[in-house]
Amino acid sequence: MTAPTRARRRRRTGAGRMIRNRLLVAVPVLFATSAGMFALGAASPIDPAQQYAGAAAFTTSEENLAQIRANWGIDDPLPVQYLRWLGNLLRGDLGWSTSRHEPVADVLAARAGWTLLLVGAALVVVLLASLLLGTLAAYRRGGWFDRALRTTAYAIQSVPSFWLGLAAIALFALSLGWLPAGGLTDITATSTDVADVARHLILPVGVLAVSQLPWFVLFIRDSVADSLRDDHVLAARARGLPGRTVLFGHALRTGLLPFLTLIGTHLPELVGGAVLVETVFSLPGLGAVTVQAALGSDFPLLAATTLATTVVVLAANLGTDLAYAAADPRVRLE
Amino acid sequence: MSRTTGVRLAAGTALLLALVACSSPTNPSGAPADAPLIVATAGEPDTLNPVLNYGVDGAALIFDGLVSRDERNHLVPALARELPTVSDDGKSITARLRDGVLFHDGTPLTARDVVFTYQAVLDEKVDSTLRSDLDMLASVTAPDDTTVVFTLRYAYAPFLQRLTLGIVPAAAFDGQDVNKAAFNRQPIGTGPYRVTSWTPGDRLVLAANDRYWGGRPTNSGVVVAFVPDDNVRAQRTRAGEFDAAELPPKLASGFDTQAGYRVHKTPTADYRGVMLPMGNPVTGDVAVRRALNVAVDRAAMVNGVLGGAGEPAYGPVPPSSEFAEPAVAGAPTADPAAATALLDAAGWRPGPDGIRVKNGTRAAFSLMYPAADSLRKELALAVTADAKKIGIAVTPEGLTWDAITPRMGSDALIMGYGTPYDPDFVSYKLFHSDFAGQGFFNPGSYASEVTDRALRDGRAEADPARRKAAYATFQRQLATDVPWVFLTYLEHTYVVRDSVNGVVPRVEPHEHDVANSIWWNINTWTRRS
Repeated sequence: MTAPTRARRRRRTGAGRMIRNRLLVAVPVLFATSAGMFALGAASPIDPAQQYAGAAAFTTSEENLAQIRANWGIDDPLPVQYLRWLGNLLRGDLGWSTSRHEPVADVLAARAGWTLLLVGAALVVVLLASLLLGTLAAYRRGGWFDRALRTTAYAIQSVPSFWLGLAAIALFALSLGWLPAGGLTDITATSTDVADVARHLILPVGVLAVSQLPWFVLFIRDSVADSLRDDHVLAARARGLPGRTVLFGHALRTGLLPFLTLIGTHLPELVGGAVLVETVFSLPGLGAVTVQAALGSDFPLLAATTLATTVVVLAANLGTDLAYAAADPRVRLE
Repeated sequence: MSRTTGVRLAAGTALLLALVACSSPTNPSGAPADAPLIVATAGEPDTLNPVLNYGVDGAALIFDGLVSRDERNHLVPALARELPTVSDDGKSITARLRDGVLFHDGTPLTARDVVFTYQAVLDEKVDSTLRSDLDMLASVTAPDDTTVVFTLRYAYAPFLQRLTLGIVPAAAFDGQDVNKAAFNRQPIGTGPYRVTSWTPGDRLVLAANDRYWGGRPTNSGVVVAFVPDDNVRAQRTRAGEFDAAELPPKLASGFDTQAGYRVHKTPTADYRGVMLPMGNPVTGDVAVRRALNVAVDRAAMVNGVLGGAGEPAYGPVPPSSEFAEPAVAGAPTADPAAATALLDAAGWRPGPDGIRVKNGTRAAFSLMYPAADSLRKELALAVTADAKKIGIAVTPEGLTWDAITPRMGSDALIMGYGTPYDPDFVSYKLFHSDFAGQGFFNPGSYASEVTDRALRDGRAEADPARRKAAYATFQRQLATDVPWVFLTYLEHTYVVRDSVNGVVPRVEPHEHDVANSIWWNINTWTRRS
């Protein structure tokens, strides 16, 4: 057996052990999050039955509301409610959403896909754009491009994404008429076809990406600028390698390592931004229903969206750690 | 390698963007005459099941009740062949069903479906808030396939007004829990439109019911777009996406000058006012309540707060109602001189800080409003300013409902209610002493024997003239006791495309979304191409 294969095998078993360990940690984390969710819900003074009644709450008698609460079993002690929820969860039943009037699983199935698509597409755009722009800015630090980019980044950072969305609608949908102002498909469309959805997602994805971009661009710029002064980059330049190879092949690659961690920790913020963008562009994603669930003390739906987000964040952390190990030979998976 | 891939990717993206930019945007203004009509609203129903509170006041597009309402909100027969008949003691109502009515799935409507619908509302296992409105209903039976008999616990004159509830097919719920049935998202009714699809958070697509008993709709279908944010809905209306959209007055006024659109202001029975609790030492004094009633500048509130989309309110019965008592209407502007005279006569004398005092009690109280409701907030501030001018210190407090409810017995509150259909509907529970202190029913514990008797007569008397007399007494007594200072009736504003024919606004209740908006008769709308 040659030395490189042995090293690769050790690396692979290291990765396996790490995934196993992370899964073991994930279980108590998920327990704690869901229990915390229920405890917070119990502390909330909001009456879910009144929220359910909506405007009718003001003409509904107290017995009527009490009967509805009894039907839902939400007057039971908190541990009873939690254990019942947990038992149903283990049987694959996420429960009934009191704010949406449908099974939680149906809410997630109908909406999670659109939020994932929005966040995923925006993440790809953010990554590509920030790597390119940040590296170019770092190459001529203090040059006109760098200065312009930084000014724009700070300006965008200080603008609420809600406003950014309305401005984008005013420009691209109203003045120029290039893109639709909102919705998932043309309002008269009879089916959801891919091209139509793609056309409707350009503005929301663009706005979400632009609103998240400044952080990433500035980070890449600083990171690459620092590594341009590293010994191995100076050595590469001294060997007479072309500027572009040095910049993208050496400096950017070193600068990338901390960037991987940044993506993992920044994911929740991206999801938060998606909530606002979904509102502005009237997209049927998870954002609006999560807000509605929180306002209506809808524990089953809140617990499910919280769990889903926790799973995504844990998975993202695991993914970045694995990627880190793959990218940096100094990191060992033990 | 990575460089060439990157370049290719960038080129591909640029190409895609260019292609997308070239393809023409939506432009329904040039839509063919047979294209569906598109309307936009903020309010998305949680369910499309009438039993669970969808479109209970009729005009539900997908459903019909036994009766419906015309453009003057007068009852007309719908699924009932003629208006149901009431027995002499007022406790038994008989409806004969129209022949040949089919549900969207082709099954015929029978009395069994009507009985099922109302029994489902009464069933305690069903999470229906409508049960509170039908507390007079003892039972529903079907002696034969085309007859339905409602038996009431007590004579209730406006009962026919409760028969606008949409009828659902009993067979669709066989062996199912009404709360969780698939029907609630994919409903089957008898109405002018059947549901093609509903994407919650996005839109509801309705197709014309060619076999509609009232005649085939004059358009091929309706799309209801759900756009909760007012600014976004205005932007999308401006982009030409909608034939009709509900917009707040200030945003709608932007369309006054836009070619191709018309702004409709629809009167409502939806009032806002200040509930003054009897349990507060200041608002418990009728002199203070009467002084406030003449000190508020209702005209300024209509113009300033509502942007002109409203009218002054002096009582809970809207001026558009045949039961309205004209004598209770006061002056729309403030009369501080009359207010101060009332306070002086009652012994409220100005103190050193300008605030009046009587027997050591300062004329000061808190005025609560739900913090998220900007309209109620502005009204609270307007009342505060008007009260200051006559030496009463009002402290406006924006709170959440759970903080408001425990304090309703002792602190004033900006509230809103109103239905155009019958004066009994909200007012009975709001002003009858039986409901004193029961949640949102009569939270200020107002009690008057005259009012109690008038309200009871109003619901028990079958004779319209005597009902009218009872409600005239009721309104005059409220104007004397002033348990509320009524401020304004709201108007709902809509922007409708000029090329749409057949728009007939009618007086609306508070609730207006898919059902009961300006598009209540959309099945007779047409579009000029």
